[in-house]
Amino acid sequence: MNGSSRAATLTTFPWRLASIRLDGFPIIPAFILAFLGFLAIFANVLAPYDPEIGILGSRFRPPAWQTGGSTEYLLGTDHLGRDVLSRLIFGARVSMVVGFMAVIVAGVIGTVLGIVSGYLGGWVDQVIMRVTDAWLALPALLFAIFLAAIVGPSAMNIVIILGLAYWTRYARVIRGEVLSLKEREFVRLAIVAGCSKRTIMRRHIQPNVLNSAIVLGTLMLGVVIVTEASLSFLGVGVPPPQPAWGLMLADGKKGLMAGYWWLTVLPCACIMFMVLSANLLGDWLRVKLDPQLRQL
Amino acid sequence: MRRYVTRRIGYSLISLFLLSVTIFFFVRVTGDPAVLLVEPGASKADLDAVREQFGLDRPFLIQYGHFMSSLLRGDLGQSFYYRTPVLELYLSRLPNSLLLALAAMGFSLLIGIPSGIMAAVRVGRWWDSVGKVFSLLGLSLPSFAVGLVMILFFSVYLGWLPSSGSGTPLHVIMPAFALGWYFAAAHMRLTRSSMLDVLGSEYVKLARLKGLPESLVITKHALKNALIPVLTLAGINLVIMVNVAVVVETVFAWPGIGRLLYEGISFRDFPVVQAVVILGGSMIVVVNLMVDILYAVIDPRIRLER
Repeated sequence: MNGSSRAATLTTFPWRLASIRLDGFPIIPAFILAFLGFLAIFANVLAPYDPEIGILGSRFRPPAWQTGGSTEYLLGTDHLGRDVLSRLIFGARVSMVVGFMAVIVAGVIGTVLGIVSGYLGGWVDQVIMRVTDAWLALPALLFAIFLAAIVGPSAMNIVIILGLAYWTRYARVIRGEVLSLKEREFVRLAIVAGCSKRTIMRRHIQPNVLNSAIVLGTLMLGVVIVTEASLSFLGVGVPPPQPAWGLMLADGKKGLMAGYWWLTVLPCACIMFMVLSANLLGDWLRVKLDPQLRQL
Repeated sequence: MRRYVTRRIGYSLISLFLLSVTIFFFVRVTGDPAVLLVEPGASKADLDAVREQFGLDRPFLIQYGHFMSSLLRGDLGQSFYYRTPVLELYLSRLPNSLLLALAAMGFSLLIGIPSGIMAAVRVGRWWDSVGKVFSLLGLSLPSFAVGLVMILFFSVYLGWLPSSGSGTPLHVIMPAFALGWYFAAAHMRLTRSSMLDVLGSEYVKLARLKGLPESLVITKHALKNALIPVLTLAGINLVIMVNVAVVVETVFAWPGIGRLLYEGISFRDFPVVQAVVILGGSMIVVVNLMVDILYAVIDPRIRLER
């Protein structure tokens, strides 16, 4: 009895995280994410200009190294004369905040439903899983566009919409984990000890599925950021004049045919680096934290 | 078999039911649907007229009944902007979307299958690594970003391809590439894993023992079986492509369903938005159902499960 409960504590979340060995750690992706996070936190200090106010006199300035560019605007300006560098820096904040919060919202909804569904079983399980299946059948992007079109654009709305669009994967995976967890000895002992179902789910099951939830969250981060950028690009995401990368691309399209490449390539590169880094880090975490999750 | 099919159909009906409820519910909870149903800037009297016309003053359950019965009759409402039934608009755009989806599918299979095979045959070698990088890029680069950069390169700098619109085969190339890009990566991954499965099987070992040349083992024996899951996924993906092309179609001003959705959003043409989502969702539910049944026909293990 002693041994098995100790094994159970050792696999709970903080211990597991502390015991990861760092071999094969994706240094570059982690560095990129950390850098973007740094930009996001200190955007006010780092950005040379106000990202939302431009000087119409200096529209479509190319980056500094091109002819016609000056060190005044290192990465050029857009169609309203706004500094692209400042907008990219603040855009990192929008992407990070929306991305992380949406992943957390989706994670909380999905994990709670997954635990309840897996642990209680029976008709509760049936109902939750049918809803999950139905939800999975709808294309997330279409669903998100629909919701965004009704409720109108705002960063907060986008977080909720993305959370509603992407909780299903958590629910499925977490439920599967709970099904095997609830047969384990420490759960049985908790039942014998007279713990209520609620306590068992909260104190005994939930810490054990946190690993999977975190891995899934890292993997979802990329998807969520791409969706946010798509929504903003379509005009139903983060409302202008806020500096979101997707919004910058929509604006950049206006100067595309004139060859103002920096308005398109730079936001594209930012989105790519962020999503790629999140995916690489997620892949690594997945293999490290839980080998059983390789099939995800 | 019959029990399995009935159950699957039941699940699909539940999916469709939830889809309709979700749409109905969200429209009514998140605001006044009358505002969505009239043109922007309508007067109070107009709003009241619409409320009465659509029965928005009646209980929810009756409203839902009306909503469903008009849906089932194929009546998806009238577009504010075009002043024609939404269904007609949808059907007139469908061929364009199908054309784009087919081209994108052709492209994604053309890239995905050969590179997947190569990665499986040379597993662990440099070609496999190239494949991994490719599939990672495919999953990480949003399609509209690919599309915009392509326009910049091929239309603006090189002047080889038209940047937007439709009509000639040249117009299809870039949108198809941008849309197929993501799916190419998905098809590559599946081809690789499915090919690896088959290459490890007994009958492939036998074919090798017989002394068949490796190229023949791969093309004649392994590939045929390995492609079954890939082609199934391709079938589902084709339908998904028709429905999620909205961003790519917007980038390239391609006159398909996605563009219709985008116009619906920009003009606040609510019936159009609602119709595209309902029809898209239903299409995907139906295709999933068909695939499930098809699988059950092919593989008895599936239909006997539970």
